[in-house]
Amino acid sequence: MAYTFTRRVAMGLAASAALVATTATTALAEGWKPQKPVEMVIMAGQGGGADRLARLFQSIIQKESLSNMPILPVNKGGGSGAEALRYLKDKEGDAHTIMATLNSYYTTPLRTDIGVNIEEFTPIARMAEDTFILWVNADAGISNLDEYVAAVKASGKDWKMGGTGTGQEDSLVTAMLEKEFGLEMTYVPFKGGGDVAKNLIGNHINSTVNNPSEQMGFYKAGKSIPLVAFTPERLAAFPDVPTARELGHDIVYAMQRSFVAPKDMPAEAVAYYTAMFKKLSETEEWQTYTSEKALMPAYLTGDDLQAYFMTERDKHQAILSAMEGNS
Amino acid sequence: MDVLALLAEGFATSLSPLNLMVVILGVTAGLFIGAMPGLGSVNGVAIVLPLTFIVPPSSAIILLAAIYYGAMYGGAVSSILLGIPGASTAVATTFDGRPMAQQGKAGLALIAAAVASFVGGTISVILFTLFAAPLADVALAFGPAEEFALVLMAFTTFVGLGGDDKLKTIIMICLGLVLSTVGLDLISGQPRLIFGDMPGFYSGISFLVLAIGVYGVGEVLYTIETSKSSPQVTPAKITFGELALGIKAMGRIWKTMSFGSFMGFFVGMLPAAGATPASLMAYGVAKQTSKHPETFGKGNIEGVAAPETANNAASTGSLLPMLTLGIPGSPTTALLLGGMVMWGLVPGPMLFIEQPDFVWGLISSLYTANFAAVLINIALIPLFVWALRMPFTVLCSIVLVLCIVGGFAPSQKMHDVWLIAGFGVAGYLLRKADYPLAPLVLALVLGPLMEKSFRQTLIAEQGNVFAFVERPLSGTFIAIAALFFVLPFIKYLRKGTRSGIAPAE
Repeated sequence: MAYTFTRRVAMGLAASAALVATTATTALAEGWKPQKPVEMVIMAGQGGGADRLARLFQSIIQKESLSNMPILPVNKGGGSGAEALRYLKDKEGDAHTIMATLNSYYTTPLRTDIGVNIEEFTPIARMAEDTFILWVNADAGISNLDEYVAAVKASGKDWKMGGTGTGQEDSLVTAMLEKEFGLEMTYVPFKGGGDVAKNLIGNHINSTVNNPSEQMGFYKAGKSIPLVAFTPERLAAFPDVPTARELGHDIVYAMQRSFVAPKDMPAEAVAYYTAMFKKLSETEEWQTYTSEKALMPAYLTGDDLQAYFMTERDKHQAILSAMEGNS
Repeated sequence: MDVLALLAEGFATSLSPLNLMVVILGVTAGLFIGAMPGLGSVNGVAIVLPLTFIVPPSSAIILLAAIYYGAMYGGAVSSILLGIPGASTAVATTFDGRPMAQQGKAGLALIAAAVASFVGGTISVILFTLFAAPLADVALAFGPAEEFALVLMAFTTFVGLGGDDKLKTIIMICLGLVLSTVGLDLISGQPRLIFGDMPGFYSGISFLVLAIGVYGVGEVLYTIETSKSSPQVTPAKITFGELALGIKAMGRIWKTMSFGSFMGFFVGMLPAAGATPASLMAYGVAKQTSKHPETFGKGNIEGVAAPETANNAASTGSLLPMLTLGIPGSPTTALLLGGMVMWGLVPGPMLFIEQPDFVWGLISSLYTANFAAVLINIALIPLFVWALRMPFTVLCSIVLVLCIVGGFAPSQKMHDVWLIAGFGVAGYLLRKADYPLAPLVLALVLGPLMEKSFRQTLIAEQGNVFAFVERPLSGTFIAIAALFFVLPFIKYLRKGTRSGIAPAE
């Protein structure tokens, strides 16, 4: 049941959004402006963390009238984002398509031969880095990292770590954990972070490395416990959760949330979208969201962003080959 | 009671003039969106989502829920009248709805669909009101093993169907399962069965494409052949007498409807399942437990009522994991969830405690939306039936155009249109050879879920196949599945002995 937006929907959306947007003025009115609705390709399916975040961006853009044309989110989540990457490649030179990325932006072209080189795409803006935390069910009787490591060692292969697809972010963090502590767990892949979170609470798996936003509801209800954060510093939303680094284990991993555009997008269009996301990063809604959901705001753009992408790709290449070497 | 007090307060919200207007507007829009092939509740909700900034969050979610509901009612309309499923959730409605329309009973079928939707919607909202909190725990108890067992149960209801050739049913299920593996592998991300390197197959074969092909196009081809040069005009009219008669007829099948409601609610509640499998499963069970299973697929009113109760019940059910666990049970609820995030609400176990106005306003609006939907739907039936008075030559071209548009719209790929044409011809040939098409569609819907949950369980249990029967919940489902599988044989044996003992009958 792969639903995406239809052209008819697009027109309806355009019409309805026009109703909302006509009275408002855009601060970005000078120079180039989109001539038609802008497609926002999402590298993941509906309902997951990436999708929710992309739709939040869309809603803030709409609400604050940051774009004179509506933004249409389009999910192309097939094959860990392979579908979206292929789609963007075919859009060369297009000024009305942008893509919301996550780390599968590097890993998918590395793992599967889909004929995409991300170096060709045009970087727009990095909005934030999402964080990873190690979670266990509140009934598990584990309250810190040492107890966790002891419990996993005792159960061996019976210990089930849940996460997103093999080769994606969660499995990379798991591989780092296994390497650091000499553990061996069974990694069970699920379709999305929400599914993973639910299976932890239902006791079908023993631990996860969910993003905070995915566990937040359960955490607030006291159903899950965060053990350790894989961030450089403690998160404001979880002041009592130590980082792995503090405990003497150098595991730091983040998920970038950025926007990129097709190869050879006209420079004026790139400038327009860059300014749009800059405005977005300054809105109150975005600031509140990042602090509540424990995201690290990390606005970055242009050549710096491209350089960042390339370093990250090399890092992921290293982690992936280490993983394949193990198994 | 606490719940009732909260509900009463909710009604105070949902019965405000603004919200009442919003419900009627949403239901009417949803009805038409659902009735258009290719446009379903997902699209309807998506169109309206940005508009919801101008009203308060509680009105916004009420509007979206009303559209969702209206579309569930509307999906049946084109399934019955044209034989093209209006939405994925209404595929099972074509099985008997279309034959009824061909027999000139389109009005009755539409009434059955409307009443059944109302019953399903209402029963499920009552269940939701009373048991939302404990039921959230049931949804949590469902891990991969349980999902697999449930899907297996769904398949056995179809294998065991009385009227059809069992071997042919199994062949069709296998074919559907093969089709469901096309695309990128869920777990490793590698492409499978993409026929060389056709990018169109990367996202798999959409089940709506298959349904539109075999039912929409296949049906047109079949009708062209059977009607030969003398095009038949379906005599369709609707009177108040017929309306009363229809509602009366519904009274006799309350068992099917109440079972469909419970089943739909339950299946809809499970994350990842949703209304489409629920309606197909309810159809299977209705046929399985019927005294006259051979009349299904040939215009049995129960075959319309069962899926329609179930899909509406499931649409309510899928709101439950969305609100209590923050996990959408269907593509549409994923969008609703997005809306809630936009309005600054955090779905999850605390939502009921922190935002009671919102939650209970939504629940109470489901009652009003249901009521509005059934009234508006019945009022519009004469209009829908009137559309059937067109000569077949005209209608047939319209149906074909709608099939193509409906197949192209969701993905905007010509690839899918060619697939529809191919499936249309295949569906026509299979039908001529007396192969049942419903199991094929069911297998494509449930195949990915079944494969994923099977592999997850085996990975988690390190290859221990007995995990499926060792877990109490999944063990129970597997036992029921086994029972369903042998039930037709027992029936057959009992019939055999009875006629043997009393040949005079």
